[in-house]
Amino acid sequence: MKAGIVVFPGINRERDMAIALEQSSGEKPRMIWHKETDLSGLDLVVIPGGFSFGDYLRCGAMAARSPVMAAIHAHATRGGYILGVCNGFQILTEAGLLPGALLRNAALRFLSMDCQLTVERADTVFTKRYQKGQTFRSVMAHGDGNFFADDATLDRLEGEGLVAFRYAGENLNGSARAIAGVYSPNLRVLGLMPHPEDLVDPLMGGTDGKPLFDALAAA
Amino acid sequence: MERDVNQALAREFGLNAEEYNRVLEIMGRTPSFTELGVFSVMWSEHCSYKSSRVWLKQLPTKAPWVIHGPGENAGVVAIGDGLAAIFKMESHNHPSFIEPYQGAATGVGGILRDVFTMGARPIANLNALRFGSPDNARTRRIVDGVVRGIGGYGNCVGVPTVGGEINFHPAYDGNPLVNAMTVGIAPTDRIFLSAAAGIGNPVVYVGSKTGRDGIHGATMASAEFDANSEEKRPTVQVGDPFTEKLLIEACLELMATDAIVAIQDMGAAGLTSSSVEMAGKGGVGIELNLDNVPARETGMTAYEFMLSESQERMLMVLKPEREAVARAIFEKWDLDFSIIGYITDTGRITVRHQGEIKADIPLAPLNDQAPLYTRPTVETPKQEQLNAARIEDRLGLTAGLRKLLACPDLCSRAWVWDQYDSTVGGQTVKRPGAADAAVVKLEGLKRALALTTDCTPRYCLADPEMGGMQAVAEAWRNLTAVGARPLAITDNMNFGNPEKPEIMGQFAAAIRGMAAACEALDFPVVSGNVSLYNETEGKGILPTPAIGGLGVLEDAAQAVGYGLPSWLDIVVIGKTQGWLGQSLWLREINGREDGAPPPVDLAVERANGDFVRSRILSGEIRACHDVSDGGLLVAVAEMAMASGVGARLSAHPRDVPGHAYWFGEDQGRYVVAVPDAASFIRTSEAAGVPAVRIGVSGGGDLTLPDGGTISIETLRADHAGFFPAWMNGDNRS
Repeated sequence: MKAGIVVFPGINRERDMAIALEQSSGEKPRMIWHKETDLSGLDLVVIPGGFSFGDYLRCGAMAARSPVMAAIHAHATRGGYILGVCNGFQILTEAGLLPGALLRNAALRFLSMDCQLTVERADTVFTKRYQKGQTFRSVMAHGDGNFFADDATLDRLEGEGLVAFRYAGENLNGSARAIAGVYSPNLRVLGLMPHPEDLVDPLMGGTDGKPLFDALAAA
Repeated sequence: MERDVNQALAREFGLNAEEYNRVLEIMGRTPSFTELGVFSVMWSEHCSYKSSRVWLKQLPTKAPWVIHGPGENAGVVAIGDGLAAIFKMESHNHPSFIEPYQGAATGVGGILRDVFTMGARPIANLNALRFGSPDNARTRRIVDGVVRGIGGYGNCVGVPTVGGEINFHPAYDGNPLVNAMTVGIAPTDRIFLSAAAGIGNPVVYVGSKTGRDGIHGATMASAEFDANSEEKRPTVQVGDPFTEKLLIEACLELMATDAIVAIQDMGAAGLTSSSVEMAGKGGVGIELNLDNVPARETGMTAYEFMLSESQERMLMVLKPEREAVARAIFEKWDLDFSIIGYITDTGRITVRHQGEIKADIPLAPLNDQAPLYTRPTVETPKQEQLNAARIEDRLGLTAGLRKLLACPDLCSRAWVWDQYDSTVGGQTVKRPGAADAAVVKLEGLKRALALTTDCTPRYCLADPEMGGMQAVAEAWRNLTAVGARPLAITDNMNFGNPEKPEIMGQFAAAIRGMAAACEALDFPVVSGNVSLYNETEGKGILPTPAIGGLGVLEDAAQAVGYGLPSWLDIVVIGKTQGWLGQSLWLREINGREDGAPPPVDLAVERANGDFVRSRILSGEIRACHDVSDGGLLVAVAEMAMASGVGARLSAHPRDVPGHAYWFGEDQGRYVVAVPDAASFIRTSEAAGVPAVRIGVSGGGDLTLPDGGTISIETLRADHAGFFPAWMNGDNRS
């Protein structure tokens, strides 16, 4: 799968993401500056973590209006794959490509620590190297990861199987129904708060995030 | 508004009568208001090191691997693979008391710029923090602001915060210390320096616009606080980590070209110090036209432009034919780019504003005739060595350990680390709480850096020379304990008012001790910072020479942490005499802060450490933890808590009282976990290194030699309790 990483000013986990993608696919992802508008040839567009435009406004709100976003919308409409992690997830919700919003963490503090995620379904292009119901370790590093949507939306997400991951154990950031990541209705757009890309090497403490990138590389 | 220049104004600007007379002599006339401002900040303690320079010269600064020692924006050492580590620690103490969030945030921003201005991509941040008593009502607000500020800035710029230290003591009630350290990486042949060159070359300003914030910040940082310190809030700068992130990326992009002749960040004393230092180092002159400085506010005067400490700004000298290349890069990153002057052959700094010359100063005397004081010193009287047998153990081992693990100086710092992004970059091998030093791998290579910050201020107060020596030795020990080869240090000297002989005596003695340790351990000082006048209403801080240490591991996979694995022998390396003077146990359990601190024997330190490192790299040592605050029992408990694996400890030797054996703070010791103590000890004895088996790991409890048993869960609960309870207790009102 040919992958590209979108870089908005203030994004800071693009290098981590590039390492994880390349490690699984053997191919360097294309780095895409936010003012570019041509995503042709890409199967997967990744929006990594960071603080786009400083997140001085609502997290992701500025980036969601960057020139590249029209191309990302078109990519989604074409049925292209999109992965948004952390700030990338926030940007996808701000852009309307995923439902809900990410609020300040419940304790109103930045959270940088390991967390456990439960795989809600293992039949998507992102999760087919995991087992349904499996728990895996990931790293969270965010101040605004408290997933919020109204009850009707949450019911719909659960009913349609669009919840990708939930926090197992303590729901530290206070997310509604412990939701850590969600899919678009066609299961081709995934947003999640924790960083699978930071656990792809045993030296960094584990490889629990690697199956996600292996699955994408094989797709 | 400009005011009449006279001796009274000079005094207000922090220049004494003698210094002002020297200004008059150099200028041959009464200086202008702007000129007086330039002299006063350049000759402030903060910028001129006028009280400390004579002592700093005693520190060893050379080794075959040192590329640039003190004098550049940061220290540079070769680490192999054609790469250099560029690092420095710097204080932001005074602003962090006045405005904790912005003070700490801009401290991080400032030290980052010192490092990337030399061409390095920052790969790690650390911070050494000292706060007042937790019982002081102000302390919690300061801790909250400082932690949020460090996180707010570091997390946003995307540099992992991987380590640091925190102490509490009432002596810091009015003067918390915020010492921030940044480490970056650059190819050894792509290091950028600040000496300007090339007559006619353009001087370029990039980054944020200039506002009125931080004017006279350097002067503020060179004076004591009084009851009205809050009024100094306008001298504190405001940080913008987003712009800093853009500035990092834009500068590194430009540095990949051949456009830059010289570059320096605008830190303390802003445009003044950067332009004066760049031109001064290059032996050239510089002409600035302030009309071209990007301004955030209207109506700013030359004085304000020159003294503003607005953040996220850099000054560069470019090759003239490369202007367009450079401009395009900064425009891509939406940063201001403005040619504000030229390099001249006059040897003077000439500042024009709105058609007038506002300052015209010869650079050589401004730099070279800066005041230099050999201030009077008084030695700190030596304290008595305490006899451990005469000190009552009121609590016993179990209760003593639990109380120590829960005390503010030893309890878990997870509440703090958990607010710092320690994993961004994807190269953090040992995160906070996993090992004695943070370990960060170099992207795409096996090689890794080990990083630590250390100082035990209560030792430094009792015996500044021994304390200075211990701080360097402990940094060396912490790097060794992960298997790294220690290379060099950066020092952040935090002291009180240097005009008091006892304070200057502390400073001189600490330097003496540090120099001896640097020499004996081949661990030179390559950068540093001095922060004096850390006093409020005449009350000074504990002398705090904070040491930032850097070491290298050729293979990150060889690094060990201190998490105790199961079913291994536990061995202590180094001699345990049971030294209780200045120990944390003595303070926390007996309420005493007396006695001589534990002595450091540098030859023993070196022998023990070199042995430990060799056994880590051979794979024999599976976990390693240096013995420091709280002594042996605390070290073992920390190892057990880190992994969740318990231990059964053996009886201690009869010639040392139990509390002294287990809680004493004798130096030069490590606790290690090895598969076979007997063979390990044979090797250590052959190397002349004392080693004693003290127990075996396994199970879920810590069983003490007196039979007391504590579950790891209980220890963890004791250890984790303080910070959340203290900070969140009634924080949400």
